[in-house]
Amino acid sequence: MEKTWNNKAWFMVLPVLVLVAFSAVIPLMTVVNYSVQDTFGNNEFFWAGTDWFLDVLESDRFWDALTRNLIFSAIILAIEIPLGIVIALNMPKRGIGVPICLVLMALPLLIPWNVVGTIWQVFGRVDIGLLGRTLASLGINYNYVQNPLDAWVTLIVMDVWHWTSLVVLLCYAGLVSIPDAYYQAAKIDGASRWSVFRYIQLPKMKRVLLIAFLLRFMDSFMIYTEPFVVTGGGPGNSTTFLSIDLVKTAIGQFDLGPAAALSIIYFLIILLLSWIFYTVMTTSDAQG
Amino acid sequence: MARINLEHIRHAYGARPKSESDYALREVHHEWNDGGAYALLGPSGCGKTTLLNIISGLINPSEGRILFDGTDVTHLTTQQRNIAQVFQFPVIYDTMTVYDNLAFPLRNRHVPETEVDRRVKEILEMTGLGSWAKKTARGLTADQKQKISLGRGLVRSDVSAILFDEPLTVIDPEMKWVLRSQIKRLHKQFGFTMVYVTHDQTEALTFADKVVVMYDGQIVQIGTPAELFERPRHTFVGYFIGSPGMNVLPAEIAGNTAAVGDQRIALNFQPQIKPGARTELGIRPEFISLGREGMPVAVTKVEDIGRHKVVRARFADRPISIIVDEDGEIPAEPHVTFDPKAINIYADSWRVGGEA
Repeated sequence: MEKTWNNKAWFMVLPVLVLVAFSAVIPLMTVVNYSVQDTFGNNEFFWAGTDWFLDVLESDRFWDALTRNLIFSAIILAIEIPLGIVIALNMPKRGIGVPICLVLMALPLLIPWNVVGTIWQVFGRVDIGLLGRTLASLGINYNYVQNPLDAWVTLIVMDVWHWTSLVVLLCYAGLVSIPDAYYQAAKIDGASRWSVFRYIQLPKMKRVLLIAFLLRFMDSFMIYTEPFVVTGGGPGNSTTFLSIDLVKTAIGQFDLGPAAALSIIYFLIILLLSWIFYTVMTTSDAQG
Repeated sequence: MARINLEHIRHAYGARPKSESDYALREVHHEWNDGGAYALLGPSGCGKTTLLNIISGLINPSEGRILFDGTDVTHLTTQQRNIAQVFQFPVIYDTMTVYDNLAFPLRNRHVPETEVDRRVKEILEMTGLGSWAKKTARGLTADQKQKISLGRGLVRSDVSAILFDEPLTVIDPEMKWVLRSQIKRLHKQFGFTMVYVTHDQTEALTFADKVVVMYDGQIVQIGTPAELFERPRHTFVGYFIGSPGMNVLPAEIAGNTAAVGDQRIALNFQPQIKPGARTELGIRPEFISLGREGMPVAVTKVEDIGRHKVVRARFADRPISIIVDEDGEIPAEPHVTFDPKAINIYADSWRVGGEA
């Protein structure tokens, strides 16, 4: 049968295309525009070529921030993915516990980023925060404003609190789709708890885990609001991630050229890493 | 291999069963002989799968005990009971190869690898999956997957019993025969105790030495295929076994005659019936002869199904089925006679003994 082409369909998607153009393509092109030119205001632009890109790539500031980002994302993934799986495995499968757990799990996800930041900023304060005061009274010298390690721990714990639920919910969705017969067959076959996980649960969770992994990688790599609210990038530059550095460059110093170049590099890094993860994980999937 | 005793097993899925109808399994008290091949036959929802899962230990019965060779195993796990079970829908480990799937139950029990290899090769040959051995199980068709499930059930040589829960539902008809006869051959060769759940009477009758018919949460009859055919203990068995099923007609019993509508039928025994019981007369279509003498019937439809014809008729204003030979003629004014030896009398659906 011959397929009928109906070009009118394009009119249906036109509003969306226009919206996307305004919200994404045009700003992106503006950034590209800034990244290859220099401006001193008055709408005067001078061609700068790749100068800004070279500047960014040659600065220690960029590499230090990138390293911090990579370490942060690695720690976040190393904690949230296994923890999410463990929690999902231990969630009830039926009964009144299911909705209770799901609502509790979803709660952190519903809180806006800056509110999460504020909550933890207050929570960790040594003078008035519950966490800070408690740790201090236990004799633990904790101060995220002065100690870089404490700042990192605070940010990591906060992110784990905020986002592990996402991994849990995705894994749980994968787990409940496994028919009971699989568990029964595994019992008959004498499979250990580990085998059940390795050969039944993990394969069924693989797809959702890939999504969880990519989402958590991209989000943690782009993290901005929470460290901005909690630590403001400090103490020193210890929690200055690329996003914070970018905003400092663009808005603090008003260096639009370097900031635009940094934005594009940042965007390409995320794109590249996500593509690598996706390719690696789906290839191993195909080989089984 | 083991003799299995079920002692007064009852099971309810709800927490606090109040009435009889809350029980999925109302009361099962039965012994399965060591090395027997049993078919568990019954309609969907009659408790067959529940009973099977109780034997394998996937479900703990609400009441009663299970004994293997005289030892109480009621509270032992599936693993400790050492049971193999094949489910209705294929369960495969899709990241493993076909070979590893079949080896899985053996490796979990730390069987030496040489023995694993020997057993797995045997099963691969039996199921015809040899050429797939090194491939992952994911890409297989539904019936190949089911063969793997079946193979995992058969691969262990030391099991107490093998339970089959409608294992051939998803297999195409031709392959069904092949696999069924292979299961049967394995039974002869190794003498496993086998329980085979099905709702297909042909499957049950060809597979088993003894057929256990379940209805509404209880076992209504256990017998050889011939017993089920000739002397159904319950009208349900009459309906369910045979094609078409037994004719069951409401009847008034007085001494040794039964009255169906205006027709009086002489019985060759005198049924003992409690007063007030609902009485019925059961006769299989095979034992009704159609001719010019006897009691009048009105033929409504004739179905030619090959070797014989099924005549649908009305007798004393009740529908009945009669089986007539392929070349048997249907007279213009048809009459029927019932073979007195084949008449069963039922009181409240249960067969009332006479001579039998």
